[in-house]
Amino acid sequence: MSTETHDITVTVNGTPYRRQVEGRLLLSDFLRHDLLLAGTHVGCEHGVCGACTIIFDGAAVRSCLMFAAQVDGHEIMTVEGLAPDREHLHSLQQAMHECHGLQCGYCTPGILMTMKVFLEETPAPDEAQIREALSGNLCRCTGYQHIVEAVQLAAERQQK
Amino acid sequence: MNVVATRNFGAPITRNEDARLLTGQALFVDDVELPGMLYAAFLRSNVAHARITSIDVSAARARAGVIAVYTAEDLGDYWAPGPLLVPPPPIKDITFNQRTQVPLAKGKIRHVGEPLAVVLAESRYLAEDALADIAVELEPVPAVTDLENALTDESARVHDDVRGNVAARVRQGRGNYAAVRARADRVIARRFHYDHGCSSPIETRGIVAHWDARANHLTIWDTTQAPVFLRNGLAGMLGLSERQVRVIAPFVGGGFGPKIMLFYPEEVVIPWAAKKLNRPVKWIEDRLEHFFATTQERGQTHDAEIALTADGRILGIRDVFFHDTGAYNPYGLTVPINSQCTLLGPYVIPNYDSAFTAIFTNKPIVTPYRGAGRQHGVFVIERLLDIAAHELKIDRAEIRRRNLIPPDAFPYNNEIIYQDFAPLSYDSGNYEPILDKALELIGYQQFLAEEQPRLRAQGRHVGVGVACYVEGTGIGPYEGARVQVQANGKVGLATGIGTQGQGHFTVFAQIVAEQLGVSVRDVDVVTGDTDQFYWGAGTFASRGAVVAGNAVNEAAKVVRQKILKLAAEHFECAEEDLEIANGEVSVVGVPGQSVKLGALAVKANPMRGAVRPGTEPGLESTQYFGPSGGATASGVHAMIVEVDPQTLTLEVLKYVVVHDCGTVINPLILAGQIHGGVAQGVGNAYYEQLVFDEEGQLLNASLADYLLPTALEVPHMEIAHTVTTSPLNPLGIKGAGEAGAIPVGPLFAQAIEDALGLSDRKIELNEIPLSPARLFELINKPSDAE
Repeated sequence: MSTETHDITVTVNGTPYRRQVEGRLLLSDFLRHDLLLAGTHVGCEHGVCGACTIIFDGAAVRSCLMFAAQVDGHEIMTVEGLAPDREHLHSLQQAMHECHGLQCGYCTPGILMTMKVFLEETPAPDEAQIREALSGNLCRCTGYQHIVEAVQLAAERQQK
Repeated sequence: MNVVATRNFGAPITRNEDARLLTGQALFVDDVELPGMLYAAFLRSNVAHARITSIDVSAARARAGVIAVYTAEDLGDYWAPGPLLVPPPPIKDITFNQRTQVPLAKGKIRHVGEPLAVVLAESRYLAEDALADIAVELEPVPAVTDLENALTDESARVHDDVRGNVAARVRQGRGNYAAVRARADRVIARRFHYDHGCSSPIETRGIVAHWDARANHLTIWDTTQAPVFLRNGLAGMLGLSERQVRVIAPFVGGGFGPKIMLFYPEEVVIPWAAKKLNRPVKWIEDRLEHFFATTQERGQTHDAEIALTADGRILGIRDVFFHDTGAYNPYGLTVPINSQCTLLGPYVIPNYDSAFTAIFTNKPIVTPYRGAGRQHGVFVIERLLDIAAHELKIDRAEIRRRNLIPPDAFPYNNEIIYQDFAPLSYDSGNYEPILDKALELIGYQQFLAEEQPRLRAQGRHVGVGVACYVEGTGIGPYEGARVQVQANGKVGLATGIGTQGQGHFTVFAQIVAEQLGVSVRDVDVVTGDTDQFYWGAGTFASRGAVVAGNAVNEAAKVVRQKILKLAAEHFECAEEDLEIANGEVSVVGVPGQSVKLGALAVKANPMRGAVRPGTEPGLESTQYFGPSGGATASGVHAMIVEVDPQTLTLEVLKYVVVHDCGTVINPLILAGQIHGGVAQGVGNAYYEQLVFDEEGQLLNASLADYLLPTALEVPHMEIAHTVTTSPLNPLGIKGAGEAGAIPVGPLFAQAIEDALGLSDRKIELNEIPLSPARLFELINKPSDAE
């Protein structure tokens, strides 16, 4: 197995990091275990469950399907960067709390990152659009209903 | 405690635990990082049944970055089959052959994914590299996969000394079925298949073990639903005292049953390796492993017969079924006993004769997964009633109504033995209002009389279903809780059960807040850390709120008395003149006369001076609660579905749940539990199936092929409640964790039959899971129905 390394510089949640990484290191492992940003969760490592979704140059992507070496020179946001500060939650986080949109919370970071980008692209979605956008993120606890309600609530508040 | 709804108890309070989870700050097992940590990878069998000729790990041991490689031989005397977690209930003439899982395979492989060796390396990547260096020679044995063939003398044996692969034989009943059958107006017999799936929490299993040689102490972080028993077992296996082992079940990313199973092979091997190597070790299951290495639920085949009067009253039922228990049976008979008991449902069934055979196969181990066999029994009774309704020309809802246990018949004793070893007795219930409410909410009569004919005239295929169920919840033995007022005025609460998303940090806080007059946000809850609370059984069988919740209430009541006693001394007044609210104790009617709970807590722990003999320090109490029996919840689900006749895809147009779980602590959290249960039921009914071939190979071991329902498949649900409190605990609670998942299979079968008019074509859907492909096969072959 190849063990060549790459020097990368990446900005995560506004903080620049310089690291040397093995070519085969998954971005999800890099974020979790090298940068200790463990809020990004790993559910399947084959790109289906969506738990590891992060925002990469503004797009919601699955960090288990990328290598750390690919993010050199790019910008990433993880769930740790979502809230504006320690005292306040992002509108999506707040709505998920109010609507009981999470139970075990394991899929939640991926859903937050997916829905953040979705609401930027679709600021006034209807329920069908939300369900479609949510369908790439698996949640085993909630049955999705409270998540859908939370996204609707967050969208309404963001519109104001 | 007065259980009327107040601003705390009974209110839809948002959760205390959310902020950490929403900001990525909650600790899950894989988030534990320790200096010098090693990473484990397990070599797993890729065949289902074989004798092990040799395992050569020398090349793997020589690879750079590999610290150790172990096989069963290396474990020495530590190697032993796991314990029987649930002994068979005391049922007359029972046969039970105990064969439990082993830490690493020795001599024989019994299912795909059974671990053969473990590699410990400096990174997970290196550990997985080294798996490819291990040379294994196996001598294949024919796989045992078909239940009926497994029983024959010609079949291979999963366990060489177990003839016919019989794990258990159990027969239970009441009354005299043969006698009522002889005088019945109608007897209906059918064969039913019910296959369950795997729980697939989004967090797979994992364990981190840290042996501190200087302290002689082992710390384990584990995704377990049963931290106390994990600690006790590991201490015993490793020759340690229980106080030398701390098990922490931190935030756990979904459990649903299989995480109550212990001791998984990894839970035996990883702590041993950490201690032996004197380095922390982490193992995190990957998704592929989860499909083999975590327990599942699986198939039953029922040959069932119902005897009825002409007006649709049940005289009796006979059921003979096979239960696939997989390669080992560490969880005893919980799943098939639940099937046997829950088949009786909310109905008067005076004569019952039920016999099952549990069978070893070369498939992953079967232990409870949400519903835990209840689905299988509910499917059989609900389908029998549907067929009876059709044959007797009685409305489907009406035949159910006629057979419901009347409200004055409780406690209702079904006379057979349940999973908690006690007779299956329903503590309380009032079933007809639940059915009425469900029919009203789904618009049953109007749908059948107006909507369905109108839509059918437009060429649309729409149907309605209605299914009833009961759920035994809140079983013993016991749980405990410690409530303690802190000097900062907050209230600490610790309980031994672990949490996997059920909202324990909030509902238990509500119970404390109600007693102690503090904010729910000021109750600091710890669950699942054996150093914080020593005793407990675990989170299973929809029992957390019932059993631990009542222990919390008892402890909080004692603390309340201590607060009042101390405050009465402080103010030199009578306790009756005091009230507790907003985190302080006040003298009623005397403004300014109040003291904060935190100040009282300090006062209760004096640094100097004398106390009266018998005085206990602090405002603290530890109490335990064990119910005399399980509390029986109940419900009705109803659904209107549209089927695309070309693709056989479904659209659920309306889904209604009416549920009775006694006193409701938090309706918001309760709704979440029901929603999630229904979603798993929907998956089981129409999307999820573990497809094994006759070699015992799982053909769809990925989330791309094993289809968990998404936001597009799970319908919007409308939920309503009735409240029949349980007399078996002071709060009147019944469990709710599994209810949503239980009746969805028969509901889908019934509604799809109705939508496609299958009864008129003599086609019955007597198996679950269905799918578009399977439905196509079933409706395009000649029926064998009568």
